[in-house]
Amino acid sequence: MGSNMAENHPVGYRWPMKAREKGATIIHVDPRFTRTSATANLYVPIRSGSDIAFLGGLINYVLTHDQWFKEYVLAYTNASTIVSGDYVDAEDNGGLFSGYDPQSGSYDNASWSYAGPPHGPARDETLQHPRCVFQILKRHYARYTPEMVERVCGSPKELFLQVAEVLTKNSGRERTSAICYAVGWTQQSYGAQIIRAAGILQLLLGNIGRPGGGIMALRGHASIQGSTDVPTLFDLLPGYLPHPAVIRGDDTLEQYMRESLVRGGYWSNLPKFVVSLLRAWYGDEARKENEYGYQWIPKLTGDHSHVSTSAAMADGKVKGFVVFGQNPANGSPHAGLQRKALTQLDWMVALDLYETETAAFWYAAPEGWKPADIKTEVFLVPTAGPGEKEGTFTNTQRLLQYHDKAVDPPGDARSDLWFLYHLGRRLKELYLESANPHDQGLRNLTWDYLPERPDPEYRIQDEPSAEKVLMEVNGYTVADHERIPGFERLKDDGSTACGVWIYSGVFPAPGQNLARRRNRTPGNYVDPEWGFAWPGNRRILYNRASADPAGKPWSERKKYVWWDAGAGSWTGLDVPDFPLGKAPDTPAKGQGTGMDLHSGSDPFTLKADGRGWLFAPSGLKDGPLPTHYEPLESPLSNDLYPRQDSPVAKRFRRTDNPISPPGDPQYPYIVTTYRVTEQYTSGSMSRWNSWLSELMPEMFAEISPELAAEKGIENLDWVVVSTPRNQIECKALVTRRVRPFRHNGNLIHEVGLPYHWGYKGLVTGAMANDLVALSEEPNVYIQEDKALTCNLRKGRLR
Amino acid sequence: MAQPVSRESIEKEPRTRRADKAVASVCPYCAVGCSQLVYVRDKRIIDIEGNPASPINEGTLCPKGASTFQYVVNPNRVTTVRYRAPYSDHWEDRPLEWAMDRIATLIKETRDATFVERTAEGKLVNQTTAIATLGGATMDIEENYLIKKLFSGGLGVVSIENQARI
Amino acid sequence: MIDGYKRLMNLEEPPPPKKAKGFFTDTSLCIGCKACEVACKQWNQLPADGFAITGNSYDNTGHLGATTWRHVQFIEQAKANGSRQEQRWLMMSDVCKHCANAACLEACPTGALVRTEFDTVYVQQDICNGCGFCVPACPFGVIDRVPKESTFEVGTAHKCTLCYDRLKDDMTPACAKSCPTASIQFGDVEELQQRARQRLGELKARGESTARLYGMPEGKEAAEVGPLHAFFLLLDKPEAYNLPEVPRLPRKTMAERYGWSAAVGIGFAMVAALVFRGGRQ
Repeated sequence: MGSNMAENHPVGYRWPMKAREKGATIIHVDPRFTRTSATANLYVPIRSGSDIAFLGGLINYVLTHDQWFKEYVLAYTNASTIVSGDYVDAEDNGGLFSGYDPQSGSYDNASWSYAGPPHGPARDETLQHPRCVFQILKRHYARYTPEMVERVCGSPKELFLQVAEVLTKNSGRERTSAICYAVGWTQQSYGAQIIRAAGILQLLLGNIGRPGGGIMALRGHASIQGSTDVPTLFDLLPGYLPHPAVIRGDDTLEQYMRESLVRGGYWSNLPKFVVSLLRAWYGDEARKENEYGYQWIPKLTGDHSHVSTSAAMADGKVKGFVVFGQNPANGSPHAGLQRKALTQLDWMVALDLYETETAAFWYAAPEGWKPADIKTEVFLVPTAGPGEKEGTFTNTQRLLQYHDKAVDPPGDARSDLWFLYHLGRRLKELYLESANPHDQGLRNLTWDYLPERPDPEYRIQDEPSAEKVLMEVNGYTVADHERIPGFERLKDDGSTACGVWIYSGVFPAPGQNLARRRNRTPGNYVDPEWGFAWPGNRRILYNRASADPAGKPWSERKKYVWWDAGAGSWTGLDVPDFPLGKAPDTPAKGQGTGMDLHSGSDPFTLKADGRGWLFAPSGLKDGPLPTHYEPLESPLSNDLYPRQDSPVAKRFRRTDNPISPPGDPQYPYIVTTYRVTEQYTSGSMSRWNSWLSELMPEMFAEISPELAAEKGIENLDWVVVSTPRNQIECKALVTRRVRPFRHNGNLIHEVGLPYHWGYKGLVTGAMANDLVALSEEPNVYIQEDKALTCNLRKGRLR
Repeated sequence: MAQPVSRESIEKEPRTRRADKAVASVCPYCAVGCSQLVYVRDKRIIDIEGNPASPINEGTLCPKGASTFQYVVNPNRVTTVRYRAPYSDHWEDRPLEWAMDRIATLIKETRDATFVERTAEGKLVNQTTAIATLGGATMDIEENYLIKKLFSGGLGVVSIENQARI
Repeated sequence: MIDGYKRLMNLEEPPPPKKAKGFFTDTSLCIGCKACEVACKQWNQLPADGFAITGNSYDNTGHLGATTWRHVQFIEQAKANGSRQEQRWLMMSDVCKHCANAACLEACPTGALVRTEFDTVYVQQDICNGCGFCVPACPFGVIDRVPKESTFEVGTAHKCTLCYDRLKDDMTPACAKSCPTASIQFGDVEELQQRARQRLGELKARGESTARLYGMPEGKEAAEVGPLHAFFLLLDKPEAYNLPEVPRLPRKTMAERYGWSAAVGIGFAMVAALVFRGGRQ
């Protein structure tokens, strides 16, 4: 669900196809009949935007048919935990949870917390207490019946029931089921909650931490996982440490480190991670007396996400912009506004192998601006491609793989690493004499990345060493610069330095770059010696749950990690994601911090209570349980609650960002955007490529024969697709693979738009992102572009 | 049955036979992480195909992965710094070193002009919101690390974002 | 005459025969990704054919040609409408069949088309003079002449070589190597045929009643062109995939003219080759 795996991850799909041939059932739930649907055993149509209703229906089915994995759920989840008496469920409050403040449009989540002391919550192992999570869950999803699923999602009831039967039959001790998703889920105004719903379902079925189970995010860029881990995201420091923010009261390092107690579990080690990070960044100038340089890290003063920054840029509040291999001018939501934003800059640096739409906005944008009216000073800096530099990609399985250099990049093209290193070197020179306190962070930044000896084979002799950077990422002891073997060795006293704690162990000794390992392990399908998976080379997270509470595999067939009583240690096919010597019968300590509070049968080590969260007492801004809302733009009203849409999703209420009200007759159709196999994202990596461009040369809109007939449209006719933001023209591809949905006797049409085209490249065409609104999911700040409303007519723009 | 064949047919051979080296790489497109072999002869890439040793792709590739050769070896690539002065209607080629100096200067000027040390309430924030960076998901983790370290830890830029956000 | 021609064209004794190689393309495993098309173009450095949408499902390739040696077909099938329709989206990677009795080879007057030591059909580019006799001969419409200047000389005939160069080093042809789902399988023809029969049995047992093999020695497709060394497992009738039910050899209908055309052709080719060689020097 939420993924078109065969089209967008064809080689990943190699494995489900192999499983299919061995008897596994592939289910594809999607608004369109895609190449994944065509090769699945079971295809179920679903209206865009209604995923939580579908998953909620499955949760309800599992609970009402008593198909949950009892031993697993009781031991490993918070099903038995009792929730605060102040909690009011959305079911009893018109679709809103307790704590909602309509003024600010946000929740105070205090009432969602557990009853009893924070780290020793009250539990009812009989699951009968009316406020235990299990009972709350049952009530919350009671109305998500197969009939309701059919009504809300447009998915035929008998197909929905087939899904429920296949999933439950293939879960338990002997079997596991996996759920794969992609941006079909994340690009919705309640994306994180859809994934949570899948998490609840998988916990109930006992499919987390076990081989063949899990929830797989199929990510779209070669190292998008790496850029999330390291990260280049505003709200995080490396390794998922929160970025210091004024609103969180992170005034001092000490205040910042309270987070370790808030999170509990393994996160109680957070002070070690952050101090080691500061030591890595600021070297010997990171001292206890100056909070290890903590104040040199900027504090967040609001939402600085890409979408919010684009809005600020359009308003002239951003002056300089550096773009590394991204293409907001046609790849980001409300692309017209993105392009306008670029005209407001003083300067922009775009780094790429090709001239992108972003680099060319000042003369080639469809708005037809006169270059003489645009002040932006633009640099297009040529960069290195695959085989032209070395470094590490982290793939969608958290696997770090090092790629080697084969040749120099052509001409003045350089690696981004070269650009960053030499830019940093110049900036440090420019600030060399500054005594200004706020320049000291830059002055003290450790910046020693040139290799001891450049490789004589290559023309470019001032290329920094990626392995030197990776060594810093791995971490070392400060006194002797000896590398540390893993994050367990990190200290909060300033004696260790580590750039990204979750990657620690990737480069434990000179010559031992584990991301560069390319060895197969016969007899072990985990292949632990191919690359390095974080954390600590664990391939499945929380894999303690692959054994029963006593530490024995749930079944021989599904054995993965287990307790070896003789050796007094956890062992198995994978690195156990659990303290190695902690026996299954170890009782939780009544007091202490972090892991002390977990017993030997609490697998979810990053959680304060060591349990998988069916109910999320904290961490989410839009409710402790996934709840069906309609997309911000929808032709329908919410069938389940009076509340129409997410109460906390961010709408950008600006005159240049109008959003259609529910049921707007001017925009009666659902529109969804996607990729096809033959092109890649905004096209800058595929539309300069003739072999790919000939396979998908032109922009098109996929519509059903029913909508085509209604509008008098023939296959390949020109059509104009419009939203209140913009309109585009492209050719119609009339196909039965797109189908209308029936709702209350009305036909609801969907329009499908790939978003690969733009105004540069061998092939060009209209940009689907011109139609998308600025909006943000409240937890992760992602726009909603999988379910919008539009109109469509036959003809051309002019 | 067997006809005589031409000299060219007799001499035909796969171009990888005479490669100087085959270097292990990773596909630059999606996040599956397919391993590729980059064949090099006389310092030029002559072929890129799937690496059979990889447990992920076992030598296979998708059409994008299979097209990686043309992504790298392509006459449309930009190989010099292209510069567009304010209000100008054309690109100019500029030396790399000049561009690096100019970019560093612009970053310093903008940062110094917009830096906020404390909020109106007196909170120490040491930030600028007038510079933003975007991108990273197509790049190495080492490169992402230096973006974060330089722009956040060094310069106080807060809007550091990438494709994971869209 | 043949000896003279051999000397003239710088011909050599053929290498000793090896086991017949071929493709088994199992459409029940195809996900329509077109990796085969691109891997083929990459390895053989073939140009793109043009940038126009066809409107025929996701097939913008259209047909095999002189510079397109793999072609993935997309066949949309749907019954009824509304939300409860039954539908299939058949995908099939088409390729030169490397027929046991190859019509193109028989039609070639110059000896450019030969049967290699791997029992595949191959166009020798230093011999082909672009006469085009092979083009209408092929019952599958596979082989074609290059329409415009590109990697190849205009007018010369081209088609899948089964990666003749790669075969010499025991390398898998580019398309089969890239195929993520093993829809394209490469190997010894006899072994592939065995595998195909077994696979068909499995699919039938699973209830795939419309599955069938195309191009096997026992199939009626082999009546004239012989077994196909690139053969297929289909999920519908051959017509659904634009494949002839029984591919015909032109010689059956053109037997009389054939002798003449061959003789004339060789003579013509010798002259052409002389001129051609002169031109090259």
